[in-house]
Amino acid sequence: MTMIRHELRQNRISLAVWTLAVGALMAVCILIFPEMQEEMDGAGDLFASMGSFTEAFGMDQVSFGTLTGFYAVECGNILGLGGAFFAALCGVSALAKEEKEHTAEFLLTHPVSRPAIVTDKLVAVMVQVWLMNGAVYAVSIGSIAAVGEEIPWKELSLLHLAYLLLQMEIGAVCFGISAFLKHGGMGIGLGAAAVLYFLNLIANITDSADFLRYITPFGYAEGADIVTNVSLDWGLVGLGLAYGAAGIGAAYVKYCRKDIA
Amino acid sequence: MNAIEMKGLTKFYGKARGIVGLDLAVSEGEFFGFIGPNGAGKSTTIRTLLGLIKGSGGSARIFGKDIAAEKNGILMETGYMPSEALFYPGMRVGEVIRLSAGLRRKDCAVEADLLCRRLGLDTSKKVDQLSFGNRKKVSIVCALQHQPRLCILDEPTSGLDPLMQREFFEILKERNARGATIFLSSHVLSEIQRNCTRAAIIREGRLIACGSVESLSKTSAKRVHVQGELTVSTLTEVRDLQQTGSGASFLYGGDIQALLRVLSEQKITDLTISEPDLEEIFLHYYLDGGEET
Repeated sequence: MTMIRHELRQNRISLAVWTLAVGALMAVCILIFPEMQEEMDGAGDLFASMGSFTEAFGMDQVSFGTLTGFYAVECGNILGLGGAFFAALCGVSALAKEEKEHTAEFLLTHPVSRPAIVTDKLVAVMVQVWLMNGAVYAVSIGSIAAVGEEIPWKELSLLHLAYLLLQMEIGAVCFGISAFLKHGGMGIGLGAAAVLYFLNLIANITDSADFLRYITPFGYAEGADIVTNVSLDWGLVGLGLAYGAAGIGAAYVKYCRKDIA
Repeated sequence: MNAIEMKGLTKFYGKARGIVGLDLAVSEGEFFGFIGPNGAGKSTTIRTLLGLIKGSGGSARIFGKDIAAEKNGILMETGYMPSEALFYPGMRVGEVIRLSAGLRRKDCAVEADLLCRRLGLDTSKKVDQLSFGNRKKVSIVCALQHQPRLCILDEPTSGLDPLMQREFFEILKERNARGATIFLSSHVLSEIQRNCTRAAIIREGRLIACGSVESLSKTSAKRVHVQGELTVSTLTEVRDLQQTGSGASFLYGGDIQALLRVLSEQKITDLTISEPDLEEIFLHYYLDGGEET
């Protein structure tokens, strides 16, 4: 518990900044929805006729004139991308920062086993992801209530669950990468999250790249699909969890054996 | 009982040599010095003992516990002070000390407070704002606050001013008197000579000498100071020759009869032959290969 508390304390500013940034962007988006809704009569056709761009963001499946459609595309992208970056940063720095900042010698010469360190750091990463998502979920509900819209509980909750799972997967995979790094990996984490995001856009544009959905967690966190079907693709979710589990497994195997510089 | 016992302990970093076949035993309650210059393998030895790196061969035990299999049990009874004192940015001194105690699941508040007062350490300061010497003090408190049976100290005095060094060694001597084993790694030979009862010398990853500090100092080499005109070109085993204005000084490791014969043939006005100090012994071991033990 000492280690988890320490990790959360060390990352509290980063957590606060990311939560505020993503939460504020989500709130602004929701607060402008009533105005957007009034202008949607003309813009709806425009959004639906932008070819690959429309397909890439799933705007051919949902209407911007409805809160769920608007939320799935606009807020979905903010939380999807912002959350993915945050989870990637948390994960990729968790183990590597000890060597980068030369604190590994301090930590590992205390009577705490390496598996326990990996476990505590993983828990700390996940707690940060949960805290950020919990706060953003609350902000979203509050913002929807503030603009006087009925809260679409099921769609909203499924969307947020999908993004939570996405972030947990990315966080876990980056956590695994972290065990192999010695000099920090902010670029690797952000790059991995961005690549996974764009892989999903490519998969949306062309059927021949549909297999990419089996690689990127954005495949099961596609907002337009979720609000249209009011369900998650549990097959893809399961695959994503398997990738996350592989990342965690790699972290245990590597970190428990590596020489600390 | 041996506090530390190494048998053929070896560590290679890929093909690069770390330490090779170290055989060393340190008894419980000893104040033991571990001498060697930078890159000799002192830190590699310590890091292997503490489980930071895995040995490539051989074995080691601390208080009879295998360093690989019983690392946590060993670290519970060990205090370690690294040569570089680095802590988590943004934390205050008191927080670092409490974190260290927390990771040991011990309440060390009383002892930590005592050590901080003796070392003049302000616990409210942020570690990022501390000088190297003050960070060293934080390291001392973290290493000693849980009153370990074994203290492993890697270049502990670098950055500490002379008064603080004296206080630090006072603390170590008190701990040693209460039964703690002190394993002091250093290239400051005078502090080994002043404080340790036994010492080992490591060179290029191999142990080249081990024994009491007194016996290590009693090498066949002598320090010779001569006043007058001197030519030593006919003598072998002359090292560290220093010409002064009116004479010369050198370390001599050869036959004493040959030395006296050469000196008697020269115009010298004064002669002193003395035991070299540990600093000079160290040079002897390093410059000339020394005596294998």
